[in-house]
Amino acid sequence: MRKTSLLSMPPGVTRRTMLKTGAGLAALGAASAFPAPFVRAAKTFKIGFVSPKTGPLAVFAESDDFTMAQVMKAIGSGITVDGAQIPVEIVYRDSQSSSNRAAEAASELILDEGVDLVVAASTPATTNPVADQCEVNGVPCITNDTPWQPHFFGRGGDPATGFEWTYHFFWGLEDIIGSFTSLWSNLETNKVVGSLWPNDSDGNAWGDPKIGFPPVLAEQGYTLVDLGRFQSPADDFTSYLIDFKAKGVEIVTGVAPPPDFANFWAQAGQQGFKPKIATVAKASEFPAAIEAIGDRAEGLSVEVWWSPVHPFSSSLTGQSSAELAAAYTAATGRVWSMPLAFKHSLFEVALDAMKRSAGPGEPEALRDAIAATNLASIVGPVNFQTGPVPNISKTPLVTGQWQRPAAGKPLELVIVDNAMAKDIPVQAELKPLP
Amino acid sequence: MIDWINTLIQGLLTGGLYALFAVGLSLAFGVMRLVNIAHGDLIILAAYLALVAVEATGMPALAALLVVVPAMALFGYGLQRGLLVHTVGKGLLSPLLVTFGLSIILQNLMLEIFSADSRGVQAGLLETLSLEVVDGITVGVLPLLILASAVVVVGGLQLLFSHTGLGRSFKATSDDPETASLMGIDPKRVYALAMGLAMAIVAIAGVYTAIRTSFDPLNGPSRLLFAFEAVIIGGLGSLWGTLAGGLILGLSQAIGFRLDPGWGILASHLTFLAVLVVRPNGLFPRTRDR
Repeated sequence: MRKTSLLSMPPGVTRRTMLKTGAGLAALGAASAFPAPFVRAAKTFKIGFVSPKTGPLAVFAESDDFTMAQVMKAIGSGITVDGAQIPVEIVYRDSQSSSNRAAEAASELILDEGVDLVVAASTPATTNPVADQCEVNGVPCITNDTPWQPHFFGRGGDPATGFEWTYHFFWGLEDIIGSFTSLWSNLETNKVVGSLWPNDSDGNAWGDPKIGFPPVLAEQGYTLVDLGRFQSPADDFTSYLIDFKAKGVEIVTGVAPPPDFANFWAQAGQQGFKPKIATVAKASEFPAAIEAIGDRAEGLSVEVWWSPVHPFSSSLTGQSSAELAAAYTAATGRVWSMPLAFKHSLFEVALDAMKRSAGPGEPEALRDAIAATNLASIVGPVNFQTGPVPNISKTPLVTGQWQRPAAGKPLELVIVDNAMAKDIPVQAELKPLP
Repeated sequence: MIDWINTLIQGLLTGGLYALFAVGLSLAFGVMRLVNIAHGDLIILAAYLALVAVEATGMPALAALLVVVPAMALFGYGLQRGLLVHTVGKGLLSPLLVTFGLSIILQNLMLEIFSADSRGVQAGLLETLSLEVVDGITVGVLPLLILASAVVVVGGLQLLFSHTGLGRSFKATSDDPETASLMGIDPKRVYALAMGLAMAIVAIAGVYTAIRTSFDPLNGPSRLLFAFEAVIIGGLGSLWGTLAGGLILGLSQAIGFRLDPGWGILASHLTFLAVLVVRPNGLFPRTRDR
């Protein structure tokens, strides 16, 4: 049998000539597109944007196109740095929901596109590899939408020194634990909590016996019914339901993917499990996922990192939270989601720092400007000097409940508890599940 | 004790769903030797069709079957005639690669059209309706309906194969397409009809998926995995075997899940491996490799 390889090359073409031709073509392409690349690079701010446009995390990136269009419109012909008008360009890269691809995308942005700054968001799978690439290459980086511990400690951060180039703003595990337990104290229950924690980075962090929920729950007098980490996707939650019923669970919590929770909730209905409170992160965060559950989603509670009633406004467009949500719905026909504001805020922080920097091609000055950020953004104040560890700024976290304003109206997320962020007003009281 | 019985019953019901996922795949393999990598994505496509049908007309969720089943059957027929026919007789690899490509195209098309949001079809009371068998064991009506559908589909296919001319032409073409064509059977047409039938069954699985839980464009591959394992456990070409394979998967998953929630899916994969080791052709093989 003749051995052939898929990767074999036609005779006469060596690896070297292939590379040469490839490089030549690339140079030709670049030359025709940008007549004088070096001049242009010196005069334009280039922001690289890495986001999971496709893949399992794509739901976090639904608002990206809208956000970029809105930001570009707000910038117009450029931003003013030291009296000079500097145009801004955004280069978008899809991480395909993979951390390997996210790292590749960031390194392409830095090495091939020569961006001045990289922004990224949506879970550790995106923010961590992107920030790592920026740190290695000495390029300023702004990220959000990953709890700060998995981002900071997940990258081997040292609280004494922090990082040089990478800055992150979001809430942390202490906020989610504090918010949930405060929320549950609003209702009279037997304090028996059943947990739905999957075997993924979120589930393992939340269920961690040292830094997660278990020690805090024990301290506050809750009984935890934790069967272990389930493998997602799960089609049958009978085992959980048997134990939850047998041990009298009245509060269900967790951080479950929407299809898993929808499944659990349907089976709970079928098998007669009726808790008083169900606070399951991830599954109930997105209005669309709540719509998919339908009427039985009424009364579910969830952590809220942003909503149209948050008393903040954009430093870029001047829109209030409600106005941003309305503009999104008007432009896309879709309902608001929490990542919408966080994506917007990435560019608020980026542009604010750029305006205080020394212009394109001066990474140190831009980094110092980011470090000195003190900005009232659409997701709350951002200030990297005040965080629990260096390079981190915390954003407020409250809890909400999906309530029906009146019979026949669609469900609305209303803020029901603000123990961890008093500046966000409570709109209604927590009601027990029907 | 009662908890274990409950666990096993619920496991069987989940197994019914897996069987329903698997029958279409089993049929396509049995007749055409086609391993359809896009099978799971086609189930999700059917789920989206159900969603569109229900949202556009406001019809009850189960009535969507009346729309989705014929639509998917036609789609299957066209898919075979227009695309997969070119892979027939070119070994196992060529249809594998084509359907792999189809899977990626379908996922991204659905992502583009329907967005990444989780969606679901509302079936009102049906979603949580249940029967109390004995104290401590309640059985959901919807899972029961899914299991019953799987049994009816397999029984119906079995009747079709043994009692109708179409079924006999399926079998004949599966055994020996050249000889069958000498007897006046057009293998291409038979293949297209078989694919249409397989997609009609996929449509049933899709509609139930849409009612049962929420779904998004990327849920297909995990559905394919269970379908594939059920087919292999049951033995290639055996429809009752596929049903049994689905039930075994569901049961082993429920038992694993009961011992530790982390072991649920692992247990079903281990069962699959164990069957492969002990009986490489599956439990009830009907076809032999040619």
